[in-house]
Amino acid sequence: MPMVDRPAFLDFEKPIADLEKKIEELNATAEKSGAKGVRTEVAKLRQKANQALADLYQNLDPWRRTQVARHPDRPHFKDYVDELIGDYVELAGDRKFGEDAAILGGMGRFRGRRVVVLGHEKGRTTPQRLKHNFGMARPEGYRKAVRLMDMADKFGLSVLTFVDTAGAYPGLDAEARGQAEAIARATERCLTLGVPMVSVITGEGGSGGAVAIAAANHVLMLENSVYSVISPEGAASILYRSADRAKDAATAMKITAQDLLGFGVIDGIIAEPLGGAHRARANAIKAVGDAVEKALYQLEGLDADGLRAQRADRFYRIGRSLADLPSSADGAPKAG
Amino acid sequence: MNSWIDRLRPGINKLLQKRETPDNLWVKDPDSGEMLYRVDLENSQWVTPSGRHMRIGPELRFRYLFDGESWLAIDTPKVVEDPLKFKDDKRYVDRLKEARAKTGRDDAMAIGYGKIGGSHAVALVQDFNFMGGSLGMAAGEAFIKAAQEALDRKCPLICFTAAGGARMQEGILSLMQMPRTTLAIDQLRRAGLPYIVVLTDPTTGGVTASYAMLGDIHIAEPGALIGFAGQRVIEQTIRQKLPPGFQRSEYLLEHGMVDIVVDRRELKATLARVIGLLKA
Repeated sequence: MPMVDRPAFLDFEKPIADLEKKIEELNATAEKSGAKGVRTEVAKLRQKANQALADLYQNLDPWRRTQVARHPDRPHFKDYVDELIGDYVELAGDRKFGEDAAILGGMGRFRGRRVVVLGHEKGRTTPQRLKHNFGMARPEGYRKAVRLMDMADKFGLSVLTFVDTAGAYPGLDAEARGQAEAIARATERCLTLGVPMVSVITGEGGSGGAVAIAAANHVLMLENSVYSVISPEGAASILYRSADRAKDAATAMKITAQDLLGFGVIDGIIAEPLGGAHRARANAIKAVGDAVEKALYQLEGLDADGLRAQRADRFYRIGRSLADLPSSADGAPKAG
Repeated sequence: MNSWIDRLRPGINKLLQKRETPDNLWVKDPDSGEMLYRVDLENSQWVTPSGRHMRIGPELRFRYLFDGESWLAIDTPKVVEDPLKFKDDKRYVDRLKEARAKTGRDDAMAIGYGKIGGSHAVALVQDFNFMGGSLGMAAGEAFIKAAQEALDRKCPLICFTAAGGARMQEGILSLMQMPRTTLAIDQLRRAGLPYIVVLTDPTTGGVTASYAMLGDIHIAEPGALIGFAGQRVIEQTIRQKLPPGFQRSEYLLEHGMVDIVVDRRELKATLARVIGLLKA
């Protein structure tokens, strides 16, 4: 996989961009003149740029994290599959209406295990983005996911999902064909699986469109990913009557991996390379692979009922774990 | 996600709030603007002469539903309040306080147990008047509890949905109510107990995309707004006007998402028949 030579800089990364530009110019001079002094200067600047990047990324606010989570150079579903899945066979269609490339899926081998892999693909180039509808699925995407999960259950393959969507597609056609029902059924299918399921929020975890393929035994988030009930822009336009206050909404809604770990909504955070996953994709993907492997290992030994019970317990506990009350309070159902 | 719907028809909400005042003998018809005699409306279960099904709360739902207008009210579980310490123009805790004062209930869900045409059932009603019926931790726990009551009593669960969607003020914890309520429905399925959804105006967002669309039977009241995405968002996305009747009950019936559209005054008889047929 080609490395990103010149990452697209985000607005808040301007100081880094300026330093990088200076380094480039100096490098060009050094090549011409061959002067040693220039090279020392470049090394100094390089160190300065790295330090600035580290400082900047150490304390990203929720809105900046949202921008990183949406960065076009961030690893996408196809990158994860290329790097992590062997013998990959992509599968298409929901067998009901059509094929939706906003959610891709297939089967293959992940570090020795047979798996079904599912995830949103946003695409990078304009034609790709259009083909994948920017990662916003229609009902067919969710119904394809259900079909592949059925197959995983039938043949005993583990399910891995990579979540990266702004949300389900808000279109007339999607509504006409039962977007809500499709999402509900996909969520239900995740929860009833008798095989291990591990989900990673790799970029944006946008509302129902995300949870539909993320109701897993083990849910992980990349360090700079976000997961929320509504996009910051959407929340801002409702709460403040202005999409411009997305930053405030992002902060108020507590959408970062660090927040969600605190709430007990996710099971772990996968650290990203310095300056975000888009700056060293291969490293980020490997870290994701390692975390997924570890999660699958932890689920070993659970049979189908055990896996369903673990999943039920995991989700029933969310929210209750924030109270002092034991989780069995109020006569609520136990997992099983 | 309640406020955009609140803005759609603020008049109705105001009317429903005021309905306890004795001097409010007349109610304005939201369609024709005519004044309707309150007693007539009450006798027609808040269906206007033109057939509009006005929004009603849990008390009336239970009254219209259960035999002898009698039921056992079941408490809804307490949850951790305001885990996000959420604040926009107003603090979430203050919004909760206001909603509680306005409705006299803790949160958006009410649970009742009684007989419908002689068969026992647990009913769960979402109150749109409480922050737009929004699905938060309290509503999610209430749903789970209602399912457990149905399991314990070996009877069907009927859920009357009415909500703008998930409660933004609880962030990701509100989104998590989608899988949580889905789990409870799965428990009913495995126990062989019917889960019936009655979709009322409005049912949108995360509520539609979870427990509102997972029933064995989907019944909708006429003219109810039912959908996933908001209409304004859809119009902005596709840059065209939406067809008349889009996302209404009749549209969903035509598109295969609901089984029956039933007049409120026929609802109890329909539910009784359905339950009678499903129970072993």
